Amino acid sequence: MNWMEYVNAFWVGGAICAICQVFIDRTKLTPARILVSLVVLGVALQALGLYQPVVDYAGAGATIPLLGFGYSLAKGVAKAVAETGLLGAFTGGVTGAAGGIAAAIVFGCLFALIARPKSRS
Amino acid sequence: MKLDKQSYQRLLEQKSPPSPLPLDCLKAFLFGGAICTVGETVSNFWQWRGLETTDAAAATSITMVFLGALLTCLHLYEKMAKHAGAGTIVPITGFANSIVSPAMEFKSEGLVLGVGAKLFVIAGPVLTYGISASVIYGLILVLLGGGGGA
Repeated sequence: MNWMEYVNAFWVGGAICAICQVFIDRTKLTPARILVSLVVLGVALQALGLYQPVVDYAGAGATIPLLGFGYSLAKGVAKAVAETGLLGAFTGGVTGAAGGIAAAIVFGCLFALIARPKSRS
Repeated sequence: MKLDKQSYQRLLEQKSPPSPLPLDCLKAFLFGGAICTVGETVSNFWQWRGLETTDAAAATSITMVFLGALLTCLHLYEKMAKHAGAGTIVPITGFANSIVSPAMEFKSEGLVLGVGAKLFVIAGPVLTYGISASVIYGLILVLLGGGGGA
């Protein structure tokens, strides 16, 4: 087993979160804006070829933060455009992130339905 | 000392509640790092089960979204988030939390405009801008001649 892999995932993932914490504390960015920015930034970084090396180095440390969601959108688009051209520009992103999107909607709905109201204790 | 409105505002923010930035960052780092390490473990599990890297990554996202939604449902995620700040917001588990949390809260407004609509309070913008960015990137690739087929 390669322990460095876990160390790299830990420190890179942690560092991304710590940087975002600075933005939350020091600017007026709400968590929602942070999430939107991260996804768009993830697409942009991968488009510029800058994020793949981070993913290769840190694994889940790069793919679990929301930047990784943008990364899979961009990666999916690049693959689909190479295969089907213009059509791929529209289908690729959602295809690349399909698992996460579907899981978020289905599990989100399911757990919201079975959740007990918050007890004020 | 001259103070215009803006610099007064800035001074006020500096002097008033001393939000301990280094401590906040340390906690965000530790919680965020821990969640990513769990993600790495989950990813290795799926690869050990025989999935290829890309499929394992998708399976890992699904698993982590499941865990985030479950912990939110049990009211445990918000307890963590109180300490972890960005450490629980930024990982994909935080995305799941941002979906379940408002849906739970507005359950009383019904299945359609309560749960169904409020699921997307934060996920909606994330998907809107994320997918738009990906389509723009795709169109740029097409224009640059990256397209293979039609």
